[in-house]
Amino acid sequence: MSLQLFSFLVAGVVVLTGSLGVVMAKHPVHAALFLIQTLFGVAVEFLVVEAHFLAAIQVIVYAGAIVILFLFVIMLLGVDNAEDLSVEPIIGQRPLAFVGGAAILGLLLAIINSAGITGVPGNVDAPGPTGEVLPNVNQLAESIFTEQVFAFEVTGILLTVAVVGAVVMARRIPGALQPLPDIPAISGFGFGSTGDTDTDGDADAAMAAGDEQGDDS
Amino acid sequence: MMLAQQEFLDEFDWFVSRWWTLWLSGDVLFLLGQVIFIFVFLLVSVMLMVWFERKVVSDMQNRIGPNVAGPWGIMQTLADGIKLFFKEDLTPDGADRTVFKLAPYLSLIPAFLMFAIVPIGGDFSNADGSVNFFWGDFDFRLQVVDPPMGVLLFLAMSGLGIYGVMLAGWASGSKYPLFGSVRASAQMVSYEAALGLSLAAVFLTSGSLRTSEIVQSQVDGIWNVFGLGFFPFIIFLIAGTAELNRPPFDLVEAEQELVGGFHTEYSSLRFSLFFLAEFMNVVTMAGIIVTLFFGGPDGPIFTETLGWAWGMLWFFLKTVVFLFIFVWFRATLPRLRYDQLMDLGWKVLIPFALGWFLLLSAISVADVEGWNIFVTIAIAIAVFMAGAMLLMAAIRTARKSRLESEILEYG
Repeated sequence: MSLQLFSFLVAGVVVLTGSLGVVMAKHPVHAALFLIQTLFGVAVEFLVVEAHFLAAIQVIVYAGAIVILFLFVIMLLGVDNAEDLSVEPIIGQRPLAFVGGAAILGLLLAIINSAGITGVPGNVDAPGPTGEVLPNVNQLAESIFTEQVFAFEVTGILLTVAVVGAVVMARRIPGALQPLPDIPAISGFGFGSTGDTDTDGDADAAMAAGDEQGDDS
Repeated sequence: MMLAQQEFLDEFDWFVSRWWTLWLSGDVLFLLGQVIFIFVFLLVSVMLMVWFERKVVSDMQNRIGPNVAGPWGIMQTLADGIKLFFKEDLTPDGADRTVFKLAPYLSLIPAFLMFAIVPIGGDFSNADGSVNFFWGDFDFRLQVVDPPMGVLLFLAMSGLGIYGVMLAGWASGSKYPLFGSVRASAQMVSYEAALGLSLAAVFLTSGSLRTSEIVQSQVDGIWNVFGLGFFPFIIFLIAGTAELNRPPFDLVEAEQELVGGFHTEYSSLRFSLFFLAEFMNVVTMAGIIVTLFFGGPDGPIFTETLGWAWGMLWFFLKTVVFLFIFVWFRATLPRLRYDQLMDLGWKVLIPFALGWFLLLSAISVADVEGWNIFVTIAIAIAVFMAGAMLLMAAIRTARKSRLESEILEYG
């Protein structure tokens, strides 16, 4: 039991320093690393309360897949340079962030003070939905596929829709892309096809011509 | 104040005043002993594995291979290790210093933790796999931990191992390592899906995630490689090889294109840590394959008094067979092209693993519900085929439209 408390405290420190690091780190990649630390610490906290499956999934899905994708985006889009924290990107963002943070803190304190949360792990030997005493992981599976099956299926459909949506958005429409229309108002600022981009304009025109031929045949 | 909160505070007081007694308890000391044993075991097996690989590859290529240090050159790895230890440790100018230094450890620690769930011995036929060779009623298993999440720990740790490779390449602040690490992480993330789906078939038959129970179910029934119809094993072997970044999937360190891949800028001890992690992963993967598909320590037990030792023997023999297969792959198969690699992962292995999993679950449902097993299998295979045709049609259409748009663009 006391080893449990020890693990809880160590993981708590890991989670807190990690989450502070996410906010304070100036470099996006460092922030992502601190995010992994936080997620890993949360996984250990799940283990402390005997939620083994949840802990494993936390690491596999969040640390092993989602943050990897974050890092991909950071590395491939080349935003991996330190940011100037003195510039506020959206006006009024910081006061609003403080208000939001205080609201979440109040909500958490209210929940902790209510009778629901005692800090004591649940009874893992309690019978599951079918009245059978099963290991933790099996109980979770039973609950998902009996009581929560509707929510489970709906989540599955939602994910499928998301995948199909991503494929549709990434799909290239047949035929070459049309050149952007030449807007006189912005071409003065160097956006449109001005003198020095003539070669590009020709290439676009040739491509458009090829496109028409392709359509005819 | 709630009773539970009071209990918590009492415990907290006890903890603050007496925390050091935790380390003196027998369980913790025993666990530490196990951890140290496995650590040393892995280090020695890495040393032998490197030698084994060089020796077998050179045999297959009609060369002699290492033969100077020690008998049959067996100490060659040790000599190389000492050499690496004394080399200069370079940090590139453009490197992100903290992450550059952190990355080798991020690679090594998951590689080491993964082995913790592999049962390396034990008698599962006459007993439940636990052994007792010290005193009284102190039974333990020949594995460091046997958590309820079991094999998921393996998936989680191989997921974390990607960070070592990815951050090493990025933190080097140079082009080729970055290319190598982007390739590596794309490859490992893709093949993890196929790996997980073939694992799901194992969970389906053994009804548990625990490695000890998976082994027990194979000892009581038949080995999963036969019970699941070979394909999950083949998919796991291919996806596992890709996950290890070993040939024919070693595009990560394709030396003709990328110098050394993600570890180009590393030297000395840090490089040797990557090397160590890579070979530890190979040993662990072989152990996991044996555990999941070949009954782990299962085999004929001739004397019941030392049953666990026979288990250990069978486990090691089977593991060496798989280590040989990994080396064999390296010596004989040419490297895949990048698009072939991605096609194999996403268009062949993942759909096939999913389809096979559905077939197996249809069979097990038919078993429980008492349906006609042959009709069920026929319907399942028909659905499987229909799905495969749809997939192939989709791939063909995609290829056609891609070719068309390429013709339009480049003439």
